[in-house]
Amino acid sequence: MAFQMISGSQAAATAVQRVGVDLVAAYPITPQTAIVEALADFSAKGELGGEFVSVESEYAALACCNGAAATGARVFTATASHGLAYMHEMIHWCSGARFPIVMVNVNRTIGAPWCLDPDQGDSLSQRDTGWLQLYCANAQEVFDMVIQAFIIAEELLLPCMVVFDGFYISHTYEAVDVADADQVRKLVGPPAFAPQVIPGQPGNLHGLSTGETHLKLVKDRHQTMLRLPVLFNKINKAFAKQFGRSYNILETQIPSGAKRAIVAAGATAETVRWALPVLADTGLIQLRVFRPFPAAEIRQVIEENELTELLVVDRNCSVGMGGIFAQELRSALYELPKPPQVRSLILAGGVDLTEQMLVDLLQTTGNEENFALRWGDEF
Amino acid sequence: MKIAEINRQDEMIYPGHNACPGCGAALAVRYLTKALGKNIVLVLTASCWSIISGMPPLTALKCPILHCPFPSAGSVGSGVRRGLNARGHHDTTVVVLAGDGGTFDIGLQALSGAAQRNEDYIFVCYDNEAYMNTGMQTSSATPFGARTNTAPYPLYKEGEKKDIMQIMAAHTVPYAATATVAFPADLEEKLKTAQKVKGFRFIHILAPCPPGWGTESSDTIEVSRLAVATGFFPLYEVRNGTNWKLTVPADIKSASLSQYLGLQRRFKEMDDRRLNELQHEINRDYQRLLDQVAKVTAETQQ
Ligand SMILES: Cc1ncc(C[n+]2csc(CCOP(=O)(O)OP(=O)(O)O)c2C)c(N)n1
Ligand code: SF4
Ligand SMILES: [Mg+2]
Repeated sequence: MAFQMISGSQAAATAVQRVGVDLVAAYPITPQTAIVEALADFSAKGELGGEFVSVESEYAALACCNGAAATGARVFTATASHGLAYMHEMIHWCSGARFPIVMVNVNRTIGAPWCLDPDQGDSLSQRDTGWLQLYCANAQEVFDMVIQAFIIAEELLLPCMVVFDGFYISHTYEAVDVADADQVRKLVGPPAFAPQVIPGQPGNLHGLSTGETHLKLVKDRHQTMLRLPVLFNKINKAFAKQFGRSYNILETQIPSGAKRAIVAAGATAETVRWALPVLADTGLIQLRVFRPFPAAEIRQVIEENELTELLVVDRNCSVGMGGIFAQELRSALYELPKPPQVRSLILAGGVDLTEQMLVDLLQTTGNEENFALRWGDEF
Repeated sequence: MKIAEINRQDEMIYPGHNACPGCGAALAVRYLTKALGKNIVLVLTASCWSIISGMPPLTALKCPILHCPFPSAGSVGSGVRRGLNARGHHDTTVVVLAGDGGTFDIGLQALSGAAQRNEDYIFVCYDNEAYMNTGMQTSSATPFGARTNTAPYPLYKEGEKKDIMQIMAAHTVPYAATATVAFPADLEEKLKTAQKVKGFRFIHILAPCPPGWGTESSDTIEVSRLAVATGFFPLYEVRNGTNWKLTVPADIKSASLSQYLGLQRRFKEMDDRRLNELQHEINRDYQRLLDQVAKVTAETQQ
């Protein structure tokens, strides 16, 4: 084991360096900047393995990755907030073209007005683009998920977004076990996916298609993405062998007898984990994977534990509908004969989750008016 | 080079592609692929060529075509070049093909970024002076005075055609050149030259479009020839942004602007005032080009 005191940003950049990539193209934006700088640093020292390209926009960053991935190159980019929004067209394109691109998104609000705090609305508004989305709760998870993202993306031929909260994770320092490159490369291997662009071989790649063809392609992407749970377990068996730790699609911590649980993704899940000892009879369900949505896994946890109440922490809000994780969860629960009550805590704008908030919330009873929905400014 | 010789070169374009009869864009790509040979990869952005290239699994070209979103061509080209290098394909020529919209307008940022980074590929703009894929709307390459479907009668395109070559020259790219389909030998030579240069290369090809311009499909070559003869579209090249050279001089005595415009229904309502204004713009730009060329000549004689 090789522990280093590093930030979440450094964990992400180090993981990319350990995996080894042919090309990184990126553009700076707070709070992602430290990742770009760290990768440029690796490149300057000749340790990146590939090229670092300083492009003129996030759109260009992903377009450049798209072009390189078409030739079979392993690529990486990172962004946040407005950068992710600006990429939107390319985000769809990469997935449709089946390029296994790995991208980190560091959660940040999207203006107006300008704000730097870690709202998850940036990544969640890319929900329907056909990218896998993995949410991390601490810097170690960032390091490990970035590594696994390359394996997942290249196996499924789908792009994968690794997401974590700005500042809470990107800028705080933690002890992270950063395995050395040899070990990581032993696990990940060289890029194994077939190039689409092959000199000398004619091909009309991603040209005009009919709606019927498009449907087949979308269906295939959907069915392929649903293979993740099995693949994830397989990867984590190998990961555990190599590094002595492993992950599940859902990370659950439910004390015996507890009939309620808090559902959270990203840094708030870590906060809840630390708060659990003071929250009586309450468990935690950490959503690690948002796409594909782990509906069956969630239903299983609920049925096995006979949970009757879920409190969903959403550091985001779909205006006109409410918390996005809560919403997705509700639709997953629809198939249960006796679904639990779903309560929602909305921390849009990226406001902090405190232990006191959770204590207050869990004291509110079903008879009270504000039981189902609470906003972060009400405490 | 003689036209007979060009005709003997291997065809890279298949018969039965989707272009309209007399399409200058199809002809431009036919010549440029002949010039560059088989070991090329074409990055293709949204444009008429997205349609001309055919519906996969069919294809119109004997080389890989990678389609990409409209604003992205310049950046995708960078990725393809670097990706091919990473995989050892250093000898493959990467060509990015875009229309005037994908070059002058929505693609300008990516183009500028790639040019400034001196990315090692050839960016080819075929310029039919409007958004033709979507049905002839104004672009910033549309000449002053032309009618389009976003400047319908009694409106007309206001403002001058953007001078993309000066913009590229200002990026000091190693090689930039203009060409058009009435001068295939000039076009081919420029592409062969470009292929030997390292770094960013830019080729601006005027490509008449019969349905968009309102010309007869049999007039494509004549229109293209008149564009050069009148000085409306001079044929030249510029190295490193400073070394200007005229390759086919204008021949103003043999051709008038009204003759050029007269073949195109998009200029049908052009009155004398507008004609004079356009003539003034052409004269001014042609003179500037002559001055740039003369400056180079004077310097080399010193
Ligand atoms: C972001 C975006 N906006 C608009 C379009 C629609 N569109 C496709 S091709 C095109 C015009 C292309 O014009 P140009 O680049 O001049 O090529 P031409 O069609 O004339 O060959 C437009 C507007 C698009 N594909 N993407
Ligand atoms: S509309 Fe014009 S550019 Fe497009 S295919 Fe037809 S002739 Fe060619
Ligand atoms: Mg056009």
